[in-house]
Amino acid sequence: MSAAPGRFARHLLETPPVRTPPAAAPGDLDRALAAPSLESLPVLLSAEALPRLEELAQRAREVTLQRFGRAVRLFAPLYVSNACLSSCTYCGFSKGLDVARRTLTVDEVVAEARTLVGRGFRHLLLVSGEHRVEVSADYLVACVEALRPLVPSISVETQTWSDDTYARLVAAGLEGVVHYQETYDRARYAETHLAGWKRDYDRRLASTERAAEAGVRRLGIGALLGLSGDWRADVVAVARHAVWLQRAYWRTEVTVSLPRIKPSASGFQPLVAVSDAEYVQALAALRLAAPEAGIVLSTREPAALRDGLVRIAVTTMSAGSSTEPGGYLTPGTAQEQFSISDERSPAEVAAMLEAAGYDPVWKDAFPLVDVAARLP
Amino acid sequence: MPSSADPWNVGGLQLTSRLLVGSGKFRSFEVMRAALLSSGAELVTVALRRVDLDRAGHADGNSGDVLDHVPAGVHLLPNTSGAVDADEAVRLARLGRAVTGTALVKLEVTPDPRTLAPDPIDTLRAAERLVAEGFTVLPYCSADPVLCRHLEEAGCATVMPLGAWIGSNRGLRTRDAIEVIVAQAHVPVVVDAGLGVPSDAAEAMEIGADAVLVNTAIAVAADPALMAEAFALATRAGRLGHLAGRGEVLEGASASSPLTGFLT
Repeated sequence: MSAAPGRFARHLLETPPVRTPPAAAPGDLDRALAAPSLESLPVLLSAEALPRLEELAQRAREVTLQRFGRAVRLFAPLYVSNACLSSCTYCGFSKGLDVARRTLTVDEVVAEARTLVGRGFRHLLLVSGEHRVEVSADYLVACVEALRPLVPSISVETQTWSDDTYARLVAAGLEGVVHYQETYDRARYAETHLAGWKRDYDRRLASTERAAEAGVRRLGIGALLGLSGDWRADVVAVARHAVWLQRAYWRTEVTVSLPRIKPSASGFQPLVAVSDAEYVQALAALRLAAPEAGIVLSTREPAALRDGLVRIAVTTMSAGSSTEPGGYLTPGTAQEQFSISDERSPAEVAAMLEAAGYDPVWKDAFPLVDVAARLP
Repeated sequence: MPSSADPWNVGGLQLTSRLLVGSGKFRSFEVMRAALLSSGAELVTVALRRVDLDRAGHADGNSGDVLDHVPAGVHLLPNTSGAVDADEAVRLARLGRAVTGTALVKLEVTPDPRTLAPDPIDTLRAAERLVAEGFTVLPYCSADPVLCRHLEEAGCATVMPLGAWIGSNRGLRTRDAIEVIVAQAHVPVVVDAGLGVPSDAAEAMEIGADAVLVNTAIAVAADPALMAEAFALATRAGRLGHLAGRGEVLEGASASSPLTGFLT
């Protein structure tokens, strides 16, 4: 039994289908660059726009500086578990893969967090596979409550939940929820999400709406480029999603991430390779089409590309990441989700930002529940 | 009226400079510090969400937080930016008082992360509670004359109506409303947000604002320290222009030497 389409899914059904953008005429491109918008995004993403990438990047940089200034928010992922009941063809945690599995205890989660706090981080993202027994709602609430005195900004990237669970997590002090749709193409989604709760496209797509309605104040969405054969269509869809969420939930900040598929234990091969130039084009065009959305870039991408993209469109970065549970204190005990490319330390990434004239923002949050009042 | 000493007062704190500055958006703490020094500001506002409230010390690569870089002798004005409702603002103000030891607070309640427009309803609610708890409250607010009266009646030490959307550098877009607010106020009026160039600050001061608060325009300038000095001079110039009393605005020209003077 699948979930009914949510509000954004119905909105998408009412708008023209997203397909590979038609070839753009030179006049279209001039107009799109002069007055970029969500409507002109297919033109900005077209192959015909690639020769004008520098111009696109310059426009994107202006918009990024105007909206976000010279501040780049830093965060670290904290993998709490790689146990998973979903089968996704591209993921190193997929159910059935014979890999070393581990779920951290709450105390182990706190120990990992202390290490990250020691490195300067005050914004943490708890990440897990999809296992509602090992990574239950109670477990996540316990993690958030335990981390709350230590970490002012806590987000989760886990399976999707019911409204009640999102509300419990918010009451415990959760700030953000991240759910990537991976691909907005329903047919390709069905081919790559074979079993488990994640198989339900509509449940997943509507989960960001449930989270926002429960009071989550930061929403992260994204698409995994290379998963569908038409990466441009996914960029258009994720931009539409971001702008729609911002209008529907005006109190909520929305960030977008466009990870490219990386080697993992799944052995998955992307349907299409997105070149570095096309990747820059995707992020610059996204910035212009959704100027108020934060753009997140992980350590999946190599240092040189990250350093370039932060000058164009990116506003939030991870640094010094490990993608395996326990990977900061006890590396090598569990399978990582994917391999990372930028292996610089957090301090090195911060130094790069400062040298480029940006303010590395380690802390831009405060405890969302009254920690002192709850201490014995 | 002496042109040298022209002090004003915020909740019992005597100040000479009428330029308040913010500490956000600078590319580094060193640049911020240099700009604060050349601004001559005596009151600097600091976002509590950017401060390590437990002052837990810092790791390699983390050069401390803003509190470690404010010049000695400059008064801190903690602000509640990031608060989305009255409850959060009150809680953040209490944390700020515990960390900084000052009862001054710049109240900001901004539920819309895109415009950062102040919420008039929850700003007033939070102001009432904070005044009752003994805070000296400086509320960032919409340029609304009636709201400013309510905030004054609630016991706020100033009102801080916005000149334009925060961070926009658009100038004194709310001039008509500010003129009314200035005319009616019994507390200092500090024009906050949106002032983009020194002449905007001069304009606000000329129409009778008691002070201005500038952050983005200084922080994002190519030379923030130089821009800070320019804002200080413009604020002073605007203030003197206000004190001097401008001449009447006339429809046509008015000869400075009467044409009929020869008759007497």
